[in-house]
Amino acid sequence: MLRVILAEDSVLLRAGLTELLTLGGHRVLASVGDAPALLRAVAAERPDVVVTDVRMPPGLRDEGLRAALELRSADPSLPVLVLSQYVATAYATQLFTGGSAAGLGYLLKDRVGEVEEFLDALRRVHEGQTVIDPEVVRVLLAPRPANEPLARLTPREREVLALMAQGLNNQALAARLFITEASVVKHASSIFTKLDLDPTEGNRRVLAVLAHLRGAEPA
Amino acid sequence: MSASIPSVPVPPAPPAPPVAVWRAARRPLRFLGSWWPWRCWAYLGSGFPLGYGVLLALAVLLGLGVLLAVAGVGLLLLTAALAGAVPLGELERRRLRWVEPRPVADPHTSLAGAGPAAWLRTRLRERATWREFGYAALLGPVFGAAGLGVVSLLAFSLMLVASPVIVWALAPEPVMLVPGEVVAGPLEALGGTAVGLAGLVLTAYAGALIAGAQVKCARLLLGPRTEDDRVLELTRSRVRLVEAFEAERRRIERDLHDGAQQQLVALSMTLGLAELRLRAHPEAADAAALVSRGREEAKLALAQLRDLVRGIHPQVLTDHGLAAAVSEVALRHPVPVTVDLELPRLPEPVEVTAYFTVAEALANAAKHSGASRVGVAGRVEGDRLTLTITDDGRGGADPGAGAGLAGLADRVAMLRGRLTVSSPVGGPTELRVEVPCSG
Repeated sequence: MLRVILAEDSVLLRAGLTELLTLGGHRVLASVGDAPALLRAVAAERPDVVVTDVRMPPGLRDEGLRAALELRSADPSLPVLVLSQYVATAYATQLFTGGSAAGLGYLLKDRVGEVEEFLDALRRVHEGQTVIDPEVVRVLLAPRPANEPLARLTPREREVLALMAQGLNNQALAARLFITEASVVKHASSIFTKLDLDPTEGNRRVLAVLAHLRGAEPA
Repeated sequence: MSASIPSVPVPPAPPAPPVAVWRAARRPLRFLGSWWPWRCWAYLGSGFPLGYGVLLALAVLLGLGVLLAVAGVGLLLLTAALAGAVPLGELERRRLRWVEPRPVADPHTSLAGAGPAAWLRTRLRERATWREFGYAALLGPVFGAAGLGVVSLLAFSLMLVASPVIVWALAPEPVMLVPGEVVAGPLEALGGTAVGLAGLVLTAYAGALIAGAQVKCARLLLGPRTEDDRVLELTRSRVRLVEAFEAERRRIERDLHDGAQQQLVALSMTLGLAELRLRAHPEAADAAALVSRGREEAKLALAQLRDLVRGIHPQVLTDHGLAAAVSEVALRHPVPVTVDLELPRLPEPVEVTAYFTVAEALANAAKHSGASRVGVAGRVEGDRLTLTITDDGRGGADPGAGAGLAGLADRVAMLRGRLTVSSPVGGPTELRVEVPCSG
């Protein structure tokens, strides 16, 4: 059971998400409707995970995301799952640039329809993994000649990288792609080599995507 | 090839309003008995010292200004001469009320910004300022001289009218009204009085004529020009239209985001929960499959709605600015796009216009150009944003053909910017946008 604080300004969704989380066996410590209330609630309750919307009152811009960043800079170990209506990579970039990406998640709101997937993402974020929405990953990793160094990856490697970015482990990945775990490992090392990533670094599943996100940060 | 804004037909100018003092002068007796002659004399009498003062000031400022232009200080003096025409114009518009009941409106536009620098920048750009300067230059040599003439004639006439008194007062000294002929006594000087009265009538008419001419001239040079007026009003109404359109876009985006999108997310979540529960009952497998399909459809609707909302107004533009929003479009573009934008946050109308221009240009490049690469580059230099969108396609884009480019040219023109398209047949196509950022 996780103790969750939920921030979402739509009353309808707040009630639905609370129900969903409760059904998943978690406890919603507080559900709030704006960014300042979120900061107050987290300070008061010390939850296991924070789930927040990007667009929130008072300004109805990216207050929720900013609140998430503020919470993370105060406590880098606090797991935060950000729900967004936007595929726009700028928001994901904003979230993942700066501190550690461990225990951070960026999911499209659509994902809450896939209840089990959503609850699984919450659990993974709590375990310190990084979760990036498959749709965002798809946009980022779409084959495009201009997109160096991702252009160097084969279509299969890109597929593997996309699933890795979503936080799937080798076993799940192998099952999803109907290949052996050994070939997943082979693809992975090839990807790391092509993207010049240090294979010894921890949590490397999403390193490739994060590297790309950081590279995509507008000047 | 340049895209230009279609010209808007301007209705014919209304006839010029009549000059009040000239109308009054058409009824001689009433005119002479009215206040009109006195008003004209006061107007011209105060005008000539003012006119000569302005002439002197202009001569000094312009003379020194030209002499010292090389040293740089001269330019300041020349600027001062030009800027000084603005308060003079204001004074003259007020003084004109002595002889013209219909006021002349202030031709200047409202200021873009506060402080003396903004004042000077705006005023020096206006044609009205230059017209006022022209009026200032005429004031001394033309109206000052005419005014001096009238005042002299007035003084001389008054002296003649008073000649019997003068003769009486100066007696026994001999007085000559006409050189060489001594006037014997006050009674004999009555002839002079008659000439003086005739002179006064003449002076009254001369004053009316000249004051009326000055009214005409002031209307022409100190008032708003009707065509400026209309163009200004036209621009304002277009700006209002664009702003209203923009506000409406934002409202639709907000309504969709806060309403339909959230409802669909909630629906898809409810269906997800229902599916989860149904899956616990093997006998309800059919129902679970149906609910699952419903959820997939809701997901599809959400994705479509998201694209639609982004097309209406991308939130990333508001939150992260032009460079980020353009990068998002580039990521989704079927043709590889190189984005080279080094931009600070700009005023919202500039960002919105620039964004939609780039989006339209990229859409055109994908649809028509057959390009294999597109480049978007942008910089802010001084207070101008310059954006260029180039593709290596087959060229031949016609800005007049589609509503897209012409509409964009209009929007850019709204911000006092410029959109040019260079697209020779065979390519490459370059679209260039320049917009001032000072707002």
